[in-house]
Parts: sequence; structure tokens; C-alpha cells
Amino acid sequence: MKYTVNEQGYYGDFGGAYIPEMLYPNVEELRQQYQNIITDESFKAEFESLLKDYVGRPSPLYHARRLSEKYGANIFLKREDLNHTGSHKINNAIGQILLAQRLGKKRIIAETGAGQHGVATATVCALMGIECVVYMGEIDMERQAPNVARMKMLGAKVVPATSGSKTLKDATNEAMRDWINNPVDTHYIIGSVVGPYPYPEMVARFQSIISLEAKKQLLEHTGSELPQYVLACVGGGSNAMGMFYHFLEDEQVKLIAIEAAGKGVNSGHSAATSVLGKEGILHGSRTILMQTEDGQVVEPYSISAGLDYPGIGPQHAHLHKIKRAEYVNITDDEALQAGLLLSQLEGIIPAIESAHAFAQLEKMKFEKTDNVVVCLSGRGDKDLSTYIKHFGF
Amino acid sequence: MNRLNSMFNQKKNNLLSVYFTAGYPDLNATVDVAEALEKAGVDFLEIGFPYSDPVADGPTIQNSSQQALDNGMTLNVLFEQLAELRKRVSIPVLLMGYANPMVQYGVERFCAKAAEVGVDGVIVPDLPMYEYETLYKECFAKHGLSNIFLVTPQTAEDRIRKIDGLSNSFIYLLSSASITGGSLTLSDVTETYFKRIKDMELTNPVVIGFGISNKAAFDKATAYANGAIVGSAFVKFQAEEGYLERIPEFVKSIRN
Repeated sequence: MKYTVNEQGYYGDFGGAYIPEMLYPNVEELRQQYQNIITDESFKAEFESLLKDYVGRPSPLYHARRLSEKYGANIFLKREDLNHTGSHKINNAIGQILLAQRLGKKRIIAETGAGQHGVATATVCALMGIECVVYMGEIDMERQAPNVARMKMLGAKVVPATSGSKTLKDATNEAMRDWINNPVDTHYIIGSVVGPYPYPEMVARFQSIISLEAKKQLLEHTGSELPQYVLACVGGGSNAMGMFYHFLEDEQVKLIAIEAAGKGVNSGHSAATSVLGKEGILHGSRTILMQTEDGQVVEPYSISAGLDYPGIGPQHAHLHKIKRAEYVNITDDEALQAGLLLSQLEGIIPAIESAHAFAQLEKMKFEKTDNVVVCLSGRGDKDLSTYIKHFGF
Repeated sequence: MNRLNSMFNQKKNNLLSVYFTAGYPDLNATVDVAEALEKAGVDFLEIGFPYSDPVADGPTIQNSSQQALDNGMTLNVLFEQLAELRKRVSIPVLLMGYANPMVQYGVERFCAKAAEVGVDGVIVPDLPMYEYETLYKECFAKHGLSNIFLVTPQTAEDRIRKIDGLSNSFIYLLSSASITGGSLTLSDVTETYFKRIKDMELTNPVVIGFGISNKAAFDKATAYANGAIVGSAFVKFQAEEGYLERIPEFVKSIRN
């Protein structure tokens, strides 16, 4: 089990819990209790029932015929875009709200980039009747306005993060500050595989339903549960970790993580962390992050708010370092083009985050018999204004 | 024995420390501010090395950190300033900052350089106890630097005992579980908490910080602890015109 977390919360050199003492009791409470809670039969039954009847799982594994023809391989889409709320983020939100209830928490906070995690969190809070506060970068609130409205309609309070780059990392800082100030009654639903241990592990486990289902579905489609390639986009990396999770030990499966190159890796406007980052500490874990020589966090850039993050989760940092997964990157333009292509070949408008994963198909050489799974992590409704602006529809 | 320990040996009560961000409001303000604070009677200094993402800090210190970074503050610049500072200032100096800049600088190099320029102790709020013990403790000890741990109202008693065992100059007691820049509520709850810690009869001296913004808060804190630290209130004061000349006045407003 060389890919999973050790007792101190490390994946190889990465992970841990670099948190101020003010957060120690909260994080320690989670660490001590989450294993017991999530393996408890009543928890598992409620989680599975909500995933089935409320989220609509299992999400289909769709054999994309025209896309397959174009690239000369069997391409399967894991349709997380068809989940309730339109992305994979709901899987983790359901898991964590059930956990928060069992911890006796009365208030939920969350950070959000594209707004998908914020919407998922606001949704589960409405479902359970729990107060919800979502922190969102001021810039992200502008570029993802429909999601801000959705959160408000669901009864959540959306608080703009106005410090730093006014995007996802700053929203995360603000959520952490809120948690420091409200240590007893509040649970922080982190939306990605980042943060202090046990968050990266916990979020990965809630998202691992993606690869668990995909294996069974592949067996039905192809006669084998193992594909040649698995592709997923990475901001913090939650859909990718969910998509990779049950394939990690199957060494013959090539795992490809796609980061956002923004305007180009060397343009100074990029979020390609694995290329531009160095080892360090961000948001409570030792990982790879974009930073200056002096250890100041660099403000990233991507057209996609969900990938606009200067770090990657510690397990990704580990998979990158030991080369279990390959980390590549895709520019804004390539992603938008891939989004257009998927729309017109398959009738599916993807989130711009997910479109990064599809753009990678252009750069690969396949055998006709290759089976390829791409995680379609979210739908593109929230990005219509960006697509419209780019293509001039 | 470093300057911090000598100070605690000589003076047990009413110790006043002031926090300020290095390189704020001007890049070269650091030494002048430190000197003025010593002259005004402050017992020891807590100097912040700025970080872009200070999660334990409120808007006041976050803004001063950003301003300092914009002014060009780096660890290299700070260490040059501190070498200069030691020619003019003799009270103990603590550095406060986040783990990532220290890790990038190199922990061994950081400790060696800090000791060389006359730093006595370091406060790194996001450096966990486990990592300190396993990776950094030896390095801090080799260079005679004290590592200062924080204790909050939520810190369990056995953990406080462990912190006391790992500390070698003083324990930084937070007046409440909060980010910096709040104000101390003089409630029964706070008083019960301060008393609970005092009654533990810890080996190390205790200094209270966070929310110490006026004389009432300072008096309350020092009734239960060896001293108190003023942070955001001073950083706010630095935004006022002619603050440098008025530092004695500020210090008097906290402790007569």
C-alpha cells in the first residue's frame, strides 16, 4: 500500500497537519473520529442511500463513439456531470455533512473556486437544515455568478474573500480563519484533497466512489475492469484522486493528471503546479506549491476557476514525485477548444475544468484497442458566458 | 543562556512585549521601531517576518504583511536589518512567521542565521509539535533558539503539559481561540481559563497574547501571567502620522 497515507498523515514526503494550535482540537477530533464514523454501518447505509437516491449514482460510464473514432481508441466518459448539482463535488459534500452531523456540529463553512463545491455544500446543508457559510474569492464571484446565485437560493451565505489574489487560495485562508474563530460548533467542509491530515485522505475516500464504479462498469463494457489510461483534471485534485483511487495499485494502468497551464506554462499566468511548484507548505500540508524563492505563495492563473490554485493535494505531490501518475498541462485555449469539440461530437458541454482533461486526448497516441477513461467531472452550464465570450456565439 | 531566559530570571511580572511586522510601514522602519520600543521600556520584541497567506492573522497583520512584502521585505533583508538592530537594541528578540518561508530558506540555515544576528526565539504558529520534535528540535537547540508554542482555551491539559515539557523559555497563551486582532473580553470564562492555566503551575513562564489592545486587557492578563504581548493594536497605531515619535506614549497607554 505504498500510495496510501501513513499513521502520521503522510504520503511519502507529503501531507501532515501544519496548522496553528487554534485548529489542533478541531483537526484532532476529526482524525480520531472519522475512521470510526465512516466505517460504521449506519453511516455507510445513509451515505450509499443518499448517493443513489439523491445524487443519482452510479453515474454512467458512457462509451463516447464519435470521440473514440476521432482519436482511434475506446474512450469512456465517467459522467460526474450528471450528478445532482452538476459535478463530482457532491460526493464529498454528502459524506462530510453526514460526518458533521455525527460530530454534533451546528454550522458548516466551505471554500469554493468555481462554485461547484460551494453549491454542493449549500445543497447538503439545505438537505439537512444546517447553517452554511461559503467563502469565495471576489474575482471568482464575478466569473461564476450563476453559482453564487444558486448558493444564495439554497440558503447559504456567500462571503467574498477580498485578500491576495481574491481566488480559491484566499477563500481557503478565509475559511480557515472562520474555523479558528468558531472552533466548537463549526465543521469545515474542505472541497478538495488538500488541507491538514485527515482531510486529503477523507475527501479522497468519499470521492473514490468514482473509480469503484468505473471498474465495475468497465468490466461490463470491455470485459476487463482495467483500462490502459485514466485521465482527470487537477486543481487541488479531488476528482482526479477519486478517479485514480482504485486504480493506484494496478500499476499497468497509466494515470494522467491534467493541470491548467493558463496562458502557457512560462507565461507568468499559469496554474501548472507540478512544473512551476516546489516542495513547501500550503493550507496545512506539506506538498508542491507555486512560490517565490523567498517562500511566498505565487498567485496562479487559469481561465477555469476550479483549477486556479497554487498547490496540489499531498497525495498528488507523492504520485508525481514517485512517478505513479504523469502530470501534464493544457492551456486555456486548448481547453476551450476541447470543450467545443466535446459539445459538437457528443452533445455534452463540459465544465472548463473537465475540458482540460479532454484536451489532453489531442496530445496522445493510442492503439485501436486501448480503453481510455476520462473523468467528466462537471457540466459546463456555469461556464457558458466564458465559452460565449471566447467563441463569439 | 539566551536573553529571553535571562530576562525571565530577572523579572517575573508585568512583562510587556510588542509585535510588529518587519518592513512595515517602510522597508527600513524595522530597526528604528525596535529601538524606540526598547527606549520606551518594552521588555522584549516579537518581530514578524511577513508571509503571503497568514491564516492565523486577522486583517491588520495580514495587511501589514502584504505591505511589507510589497516594500521588498525578504528573509535575507530582514537578517541584514537584524544584524544592524543588535548594535542598537539589547532586549530579547523573537521572530514570528509561518513555516513555508522558513522551510524554503532551509531550517538549518535559518536557525544558524537567526542565532548569528542575535535572535533569541522563534514563533511559527503552523509548525506542528510532531514535526518540531522529529525534524527541527535539534537544530533549534544547537543554535540556542527557543521555540515558542501556543496554548489556546481548547488545548487539553495533557497537551499543555507536553508543551511545557518541550518549551525552554515561555508559553504563549492565547486569550481566546481566535485569529489576531480581536479584543480581550474580560468575561468570567476568560478569567476561569487564565486561572486554570495559572493553577497548573507550569515550569515555564506564561505570556498572554491576542486581543491585548489596552491597559485594562494588559492588567487583566498580567494578573494571571508573567506578561502580555500587544500586536494588532500596535500595528494599527503605526498607520498614524508620526507614530515613531509617539511610541513612548503608546507604550504608556498599555503599561504605566
